[in-house]
Amino acid sequence: MKSLAELAKIREEALKRVDLRTDRKGTRIVVGMATCGITAGARPVLTALLEEAQKRGLKEVEISQTGCIGVCRLEPIVEVYSEGNEKVTYVEMDEEKAKRVIAEHIVNGNVVTEYTIGAVEK
Amino acid sequence: MDFYRAHVLVCGGTGCTSSGSLTIEEMFTTALAEKGLDKEVKVVKTGCFGLCEAGPICIVYPEGSFYSRVEFKDVERIVDEHLLKGRIVKDLLYVDPANQVTDIQTSISDVNFYKKQKRVVLRNCGVINPEVIEEYIAFDGYKALGKALTEMTPDQVIDTIKASGLRGRGGGGFPTGLKWEFTSKSEGDIKYVACNADEGDPGAFMDRSVLEGDPHAVIEAMAIAAYAIGAKRGYVYIRAEYPIAVKRLGIAIAQAKEMGLLGEDIFGTGFEFDLEIRLGAGAFVCGEETALIASIEGERGMPRPKPPFPAQKGIFGKPTIINNVETYASIPQIIEKGAEWFTSMGTERSPGTKVFALGGKINNTGLVEIPMGTTLREVIYDIGGGIPSGKAFKAVQTGGPSGGCITADHLDTKIDFDTLTALGSMMGSGGMIVVDEDNCMVDFARFFLDFTVDESCGKCVPCREGTKRMLEMLEKITSGSGTLKDLDDLEELAYAIKDSALCGLGQTAPNPVLSTLKYFRDEYEAHVVDKKCPAKMCQDLLQVVIGEGCIGCTACKRVCPVDAITGEVKGQHVIDQTKCIKCGACIPKCPKKVIVKQ
Repeated sequence: MKSLAELAKIREEALKRVDLRTDRKGTRIVVGMATCGITAGARPVLTALLEEAQKRGLKEVEISQTGCIGVCRLEPIVEVYSEGNEKVTYVEMDEEKAKRVIAEHIVNGNVVTEYTIGAVEK
Repeated sequence: MDFYRAHVLVCGGTGCTSSGSLTIEEMFTTALAEKGLDKEVKVVKTGCFGLCEAGPICIVYPEGSFYSRVEFKDVERIVDEHLLKGRIVKDLLYVDPANQVTDIQTSISDVNFYKKQKRVVLRNCGVINPEVIEEYIAFDGYKALGKALTEMTPDQVIDTIKASGLRGRGGGGFPTGLKWEFTSKSEGDIKYVACNADEGDPGAFMDRSVLEGDPHAVIEAMAIAAYAIGAKRGYVYIRAEYPIAVKRLGIAIAQAKEMGLLGEDIFGTGFEFDLEIRLGAGAFVCGEETALIASIEGERGMPRPKPPFPAQKGIFGKPTIINNVETYASIPQIIEKGAEWFTSMGTERSPGTKVFALGGKINNTGLVEIPMGTTLREVIYDIGGGIPSGKAFKAVQTGGPSGGCITADHLDTKIDFDTLTALGSMMGSGGMIVVDEDNCMVDFARFFLDFTVDESCGKCVPCREGTKRMLEMLEKITSGSGTLKDLDDLEELAYAIKDSALCGLGQTAPNPVLSTLKYFRDEYEAHVVDKKCPAKMCQDLLQVVIGEGCIGCTACKRVCPVDAITGEVKGQHVIDQTKCIKCGACIPKCPKKVIVKQ
């Protein structure tokens, strides 16, 4: 890295992809993949999300892994950041639920409330 | 003609049928007949309602209550509550996702668990992909390093850290800025920066989470530290039991090197810094800084007397900074946002935040980060969600095997380094284990001492011999052969070890015992005087007994692995206490629930 300007440029480019504000374009999905998540079965969830997204040819959707979200006992956790909306936290996910989230939430715009942290905690 | 006051429509479409709706229909008919409602309420099997994935569906008219996902166990409740008493069963009602029900929190930011937290060290964990350096950079990563190298002198960096009041998060609580200043002032061309990522406390996983979720924060901080003191090389000593963290850190270091953020001439300033990973090999004592140094040098991990401190003579005899992962993770933001930003959080003598690994008998186990000054009560009840199964809170252990327990009387204590030490415990690395009424405090102390005895390196007599003697005494007590004199001996020995052990492991190993003796002496006395364990945990002090009310069903006899139960069919069964191994397998088998531990 030769200069601060170089770093700033990388930051700008990267922000476009990971920007978490509600007025950003597109959708970003993260899956908790720290030890807690992986032990609870986050890898199949990540794979299911990727496969389903690919199958449906979804555009402007980024799916990636992240570290420990904090509520370790509710893993696997999937968080969805999308345009114009507050982030949604899905907990205790599995492959079937992941596919449903893609279909109902990502494609059709309906949050699957029963998988969210508030519903599961009731 | 019968006049029905209510209709129950049960969906008989394929979807619902395959989920048991026909049985549900039958169950409604039977239940209504039992309650004498069959002349008033009609059960009708209908065709498909269309909402198949919410099935089995039942609609009750005249209210039009739309019950979805009805299970066999719900039928009785609907009949009782709704049809008999007229109270709609709200939790079985269908919720249309399109009309977002506003009182269900869909985002983790809205739940109680998160509301009182302030994620500073953990700000990127759960947000970025730790294996993509660009994401760290997107959220202002490496900005602090750039600022330090191009706008600040090494002394200004140290002054900022001093002004921030940051204290070591590994357990010692020593002012970080001072440590950096001492090392900076030490003479020598070669200096080292080290990160203690050994995290040996049982139940602690704060450092692991930072390394798995945001490894660059540590890398950036170590580079800043190196600039501050004049070092060119660093080591991250990480326990081998953290394979994912090791992997992610390795990837992060490689990516940082590739981008020129590690290596030579960083940001074109001429500053060079490189980082190496060293793996631990399963020794808790290597979390002690001088033992860690020995291990990096290739020696057996055993502590050395201090002084000289690592700031004067560390790795390979050179001045070295050793800081904990969490301490480092706070550094970039302090440089970027300034010391006042940090002191605006927390308490006067303990600014900033602390990450705690909440575990034990608590509902919301997990990782929490709170500003210093939050009370224990808030952490355990508001954030932690309280004790499961409505059990009574007994104590909270902070500081792992080096710490002590804090009782209910002190739950309103504002957490910081000094308040916890004043209570006879310590902050430690951040492990917080909650125990309830079913935990035996004597056994709890024994558990921690068992750990430290196992992990003692053996170099000094007080720890090697002393802790072992203490453990023997505790085992005597929990097995029923302890005496009151043992309690006095235990205490005396504990203080002797604290005064004379060579390193922190030995000096703090007696803490759990002293702490439990102080607050739970009655439990100890019950063990030695009455030979009873009040919490019913210590096996040797318990008996499993079949009480009155035995119907002679022989279920317990059949499941006993050591054939300790005798009894005829329909006769009182008896457990032979000389054979019983107290495994408890018989207890859940008794249909009359008359087998108890006492």
